[in-house]
Amino acid sequence: MVEEEGFRRYVAHIILWIGIAIVAFPVYIAFVASTQDNALIANGQMSLLPGGHFFETYYQTIFVGTSGSTREPVGNMMLNSLVMALLIAVGKIAISIISAYAIVYFRFPFRMPIFWIIFITLMLPVEVRIYPTYKIVADLHMLDSYAGLALPLIASATATLLFRQFFMTVPDELLEASRIDGAGPLRFFWDTLLPLSRTNMAALFVILFILGWNQYLWPLLITTRDDMQTIQVGIRKMITTTDALTEWPIVMATAMLAMLPPVFVVVAMQKLFVRGLVETEK
Amino acid sequence: MGSLLLPCSLVTPYSPLPIRYSLVQHMANVTLRNVRKTYLGGFEAIKGVNVDVGDGQFCVLVGPSGCGKSTLLRMVAGLETVTGGEIDIGGRVVNQVEPADRDIAMVFQNYALYPHMSVYNNMAYGLRNRGMAEAEIKTRVEEAARVLELSPMLERKPRQLSGGQRQRVAMGRAIVRQPKVFLFDEPLSNLDAKLRIAMRVEIRKLQRRLNTTSIYVTHDQLEAMTLADILVVMNGGQVEQVGNPLAIYEKPATTFVASFIGAPPMNLMSTRPEEIRSQLAGSAAADAGILGIRPEDFVITDQTPAGGVALPLTVEAIERVGAETFVYGSREQEEQRVAATPGELPPGEIIVRIPGTEAPAIGAKIRVAAVRTKLHLFSGDGRTRLEA
Repeated sequence: MVEEEGFRRYVAHIILWIGIAIVAFPVYIAFVASTQDNALIANGQMSLLPGGHFFETYYQTIFVGTSGSTREPVGNMMLNSLVMALLIAVGKIAISIISAYAIVYFRFPFRMPIFWIIFITLMLPVEVRIYPTYKIVADLHMLDSYAGLALPLIASATATLLFRQFFMTVPDELLEASRIDGAGPLRFFWDTLLPLSRTNMAALFVILFILGWNQYLWPLLITTRDDMQTIQVGIRKMITTTDALTEWPIVMATAMLAMLPPVFVVVAMQKLFVRGLVETEK
Repeated sequence: MGSLLLPCSLVTPYSPLPIRYSLVQHMANVTLRNVRKTYLGGFEAIKGVNVDVGDGQFCVLVGPSGCGKSTLLRMVAGLETVTGGEIDIGGRVVNQVEPADRDIAMVFQNYALYPHMSVYNNMAYGLRNRGMAEAEIKTRVEEAARVLELSPMLERKPRQLSGGQRQRVAMGRAIVRQPKVFLFDEPLSNLDAKLRIAMRVEIRKLQRRLNTTSIYVTHDQLEAMTLADILVVMNGGQVEQVGNPLAIYEKPATTFVASFIGAPPMNLMSTRPEEIRSQLAGSAAADAGILGIRPEDFVITDQTPAGGVALPLTVEAIERVGAETFVYGSREQEEQRVAATPGELPPGEIIVRIPGTEAPAIGAKIRVAAVRTKLHLFSGDGRTRLEA
């Protein structure tokens, strides 16, 4: 990187700070709102400095929920979201790494057609196939269950493709050496391919966890019981109250809480994540 | 990390300690009977190969790229199916046997070490898969590491090793198995020239000590000549000649072998021009179509030895490499090209190898001659050797 001279460097930094401010300000406002009194917010007199209701608001949000609309503790919603996001991320990785393994390392009839069928599902996101998917999940009595929340979202063409590309860069000699060393297909997968895929799996996990955590439409459709609600759906249900005042501090506190797990996952796995995306160590 | 490596260990000889009993191999011979390989599309990669490698012998398959030598080795390993003939290892036909059950070990060109495993685990992996007791594995791996001077590096990962050290780990992985047969697939191609020579000597020493039957594939004729007990020269999926390397050098069976074995290659010329025909007249040699003379068998002289051949040349280029000098000369008569072969010279060009650095000037007219016993005569198609 080239070191810029004084003035130009300040300009660059100022631009960067402006960018950060634009991104961070709404988040800050949400935080401030979550610590203030609801009446002040409703009157339009919200201060730009944090208020004094931090602990009581967050306590109520996590353990009690809104007093009006849903009355579901956000702690429980977060648990639902977490289970769903983890099931989706882990499930997608498990399914796609196995299918990529089959496609790359085994010769079976209709191998390429099957690959193309997987590939084509890229063009059919949940929104497009939502009616048949709903019908199937309903017929299997999986409405209002974790299985119903996660299963339809587990199949992933993207992850399968990613693993396929990675497997194709693994030298054939490794497989041959394994065969000579007496490792069968499962052993090779478990002892060699999985450890080599570690960084790829970590990168995918980050992406897929956030994807799962942010699901909105599907959970909205198939969960009707309040105790099965996910946090993203819960936030919106808190706002759509026609006969009562929206409890903004709680809504904002929920929004802040909804942000935390993805941030935590990204920060915790950043190193592996970046390595998984850029590294081609064999 | 780099400072921890011991590059000097690559050129030091193996430790003088006697090899322990645990590394003494049970012996086996490998017999290929009319082995064939035809791919689904109909391409015939191996067209009926017969080779017999005796107990503890070092067999080298050599040939230009695409000649099928690697395919043949992989068929012995069980990595390629056999579509015809029989592969026999230690008296057992193994055509349908899985690689792991053939009692062979293979060293790959790119080493194929497991990148995520330590050196120790790389060597132990195959033994663990066979359910060997951990104590026995430890004994074997440590013994192999001692022999290969890898003992200080057992806990390292392959990426922390130099090319030569990785090569040793790959060999260690083969040794600990105590297989009937070692298979080497161009194991030295990824090393630099100096290291290649050092490792070549080490492989040969190791093979002698372990006395394990070995099959080694290379495209480098020098490697082939120096390593082999039995040399198999292959071309286009067929065996051109099998035998002792020096015997092959002295009596190549075809023009392909003649020009492939030996560097610089043998000079091949048509016997049709009057200049050569007249010198060969009056013997069976007159019927030959192709005459071959090795560069080192020429001497610069004005005399023509009885029954020999003399050629007038114009010096085109000189290469001095210290101990010897190569003189590239063109013959006055242009002639048609003879037998397309690797390393062939332009038609009419002759290489002469002379000792020392004394050489004629470029453009000088010289006369070179070879004695009768140094002439190689082949039929017109280059497929048959004729005895003069």
